[in-house]
Amino acid sequence: MAAPINETRAGTASKTGAGGRDEFDRITAAWLLDKAVQVLVFIGGISAIIFIIGIFVFITREGFGFAVGKLDWGQFLTSPRWRPTSEYNPTYGILAMIAGTASVTGLAMIVAIPFSLGAAIFIAEFATGKTREALKVLVELLAAIPSVVWGFIGLTIMNPLIIDLFDVPVGLTVLNAGIILGLMAAPIMTSIAEDALKAVPDRYREAAEALGATRGQIVFRVVLPAAKNGLLGAVLLGVGRGFGETMAVLMATGHAINIPDSIFDSVRALTATIAAELGETAVGSEHYQALFTIGIFLFVITFIINLAADLIVRGIRKG
Amino acid sequence: MDARVDQAPAIEDVAIETRNLNLWYGTFQALFDVDLDIRRGMITSLIGPSGCGKSTFLRSINRINERLGYVTTEGTINVLGNDVYRASVNLTQLRKHVGMVFQRPNPLPLSIRDNIIFSYKLHAQDRNRLHRSEQDEIVETALRQVLLWDTVKDRLDNSATQLSLEEQQKLCIARLLPVQPSVLLMDEPCSALDPAGTNAVEELIWELRENYTILIVTHNMAQARRASEECIFMLLGKVVEHSRTDEMFVTPAQKETADYIEGRYG
Repeated sequence: MAAPINETRAGTASKTGAGGRDEFDRITAAWLLDKAVQVLVFIGGISAIIFIIGIFVFITREGFGFAVGKLDWGQFLTSPRWRPTSEYNPTYGILAMIAGTASVTGLAMIVAIPFSLGAAIFIAEFATGKTREALKVLVELLAAIPSVVWGFIGLTIMNPLIIDLFDVPVGLTVLNAGIILGLMAAPIMTSIAEDALKAVPDRYREAAEALGATRGQIVFRVVLPAAKNGLLGAVLLGVGRGFGETMAVLMATGHAINIPDSIFDSVRALTATIAAELGETAVGSEHYQALFTIGIFLFVITFIINLAADLIVRGIRKG
Repeated sequence: MDARVDQAPAIEDVAIETRNLNLWYGTFQALFDVDLDIRRGMITSLIGPSGCGKSTFLRSINRINERLGYVTTEGTINVLGNDVYRASVNLTQLRKHVGMVFQRPNPLPLSIRDNIIFSYKLHAQDRNRLHRSEQDEIVETALRQVLLWDTVKDRLDNSATQLSLEEQQKLCIARLLPVQPSVLLMDEPCSALDPAGTNAVEELIWELRENYTILIVTHNMAQARRASEECIFMLLGKVVEHSRTDEMFVTPAQKETADYIEGRYG
C-alpha cells in the first residue's frame, strides 16, 4: 500500500501549492482508495460474525419463549415420544431422535476414522509426487459431492444392497445412514488430518530416520503421537459434520421415530425432523416452536463440538 | 597421537573408506571422486566454504541423503569394512552403527527418557518388553556419558523439546549411545549454540573420542583446530587436503587450503 502513495506524492511534487495543496498533503487518490479498501475488507470480515449472531438470535427468538416457558425440558430430553400433532395431548420428546442422530454419527465415525486417518497417513507420509497431488485433488472432489447425492446413493444403491445382503425387510437403517455419513465425513476429516500430519516438522522424521527407524516406525512412533491433537480435532469436526448433516440422513435413515436396538433399525435424526416438519407447521404454533427448540439444541451441541475441535487443534500449534 | 596420514593407514585403522565417490543432486554434481580414509577412534573435522560438499559427504555415509529422493551416488563407501551402498544393506543396521547429530538439535517430541530409549527399542534384538529398571539404567548411563544426568534426572518425563538448546544437543548425542555405534557423524553440532554451549558440547565430543570414530563438519575453523585430530579441507565437491589438524593449520600443503585458513575466502 505504501508504494502507490509514494508514487502519487512524487507526481504531485511539481504542483506544490497548486489549489492550496501542500506537498505533504496526505489526502490523495491512492490514500482514499486505500481507506475505501480497508473499510470494505472490514465490513466483509465482520459480516460473517454478524450473520452468525443474526442466525442465533433468529433461532432463539422463534423457539425461546416456548423453550423457557411452556416446554417440559425433562420430557423433552427423556421421552422418546414425539407427537407434536396430537390433538389432545401433544408430546415433545426428542430422546429417540437424539438416539438416532447419535447412533448414526457413531457408526459414521467407526466407518470414517479408519478410512480418513489411513488416507491422510498415506497422502502425507507415503505418497509422493503425482500420486500425492492426484489423491489430494480426489479427496477435495469427494468433499464437494452434495449431500442429496449421498442421500440418493443411500436410497437407491445401499437400500436394496442391505436388504439383499442381510435379509432384512428395510434397508433404510442406522447401518445405511452410518455408512453414507461416514463416507461423507471422511474427505473433510482426511484433509484436516493430513494438515495435522504435515504440521509435524520434518526434522522429527529425519531424526528418527537417522536413528534407524523405518517408515512405519517413523509414522507410528513419532509422527502420529506428535500430531495427535490435530487428528483428534479432525475426528471431532467429523462428529460435528455428522450431527449437522440433514439431507443424506433424512433419505437414508428411514425417518422412523424409534430408539434403535440394532444397526438394522430405522431411526430419525434431529436435523431431518426439522427439515421434514417445518414446512408443515403453522408459523408460531407450539409445534413450530418445538422444532426451533431442537434447532437451539443442535446449535449448542455443534457449537460445543466445533469449539472443542478448534481448541484442540490450536493446542498443537502452541505446544 | 601418532598419525601418519601421508602413508596409507593399515586397514584395521580405517573406519570409513571412500573410493571414487561421486554424488549428484538431480543433475548437479556435488561430490567429485572423493577418496578418503577416515581413521578409527579419532576426531576428524571437515572444513570448507559453504556448498563445498562437506555436509553432503557426511550425509552420504549413513545414507540419510537419500530421503531427498533425487540423489544419485556412484563409487563405494566402506564403513568398518562393509560397503554401505550394496543392494542388500539394511539401513536400520547401518544407522545403528553410524549415529548422526544434526546442526539444529532435533530431539523427538517425546519425554527425555523416551528420547534416549527410542533407538534402543528400535534395535532391540528380542521383542520382549524392557523392564523399567533396565530402561532406567540405560537412560542414566547415556545421560551420564553426556554430562546431562545431574541437570535432568528429576525431570526425565518432561518433554525433551523444553530443554535449552545446549541440553537438547547433548541429549541428541546421548540418544545415540545406548545402541553402541562405532561412528558418530556430526553436522555442525555447535552452530545453533551460544559460546558456553559450544564449549560444553565440544568438550563432550572430545571426551567421546576414545570410544568412537567421530567425523565432524564445521564452519568454525577455530573449532576444527582445537577439537579435531585430523582435518579434511574440501572445495567445490573435491577433497583438497587431508592431514593432521596441527599440520594443516601450520603448514598447509595446498595453496587453496592456506588461502581458506587465512580467511581469503569462505
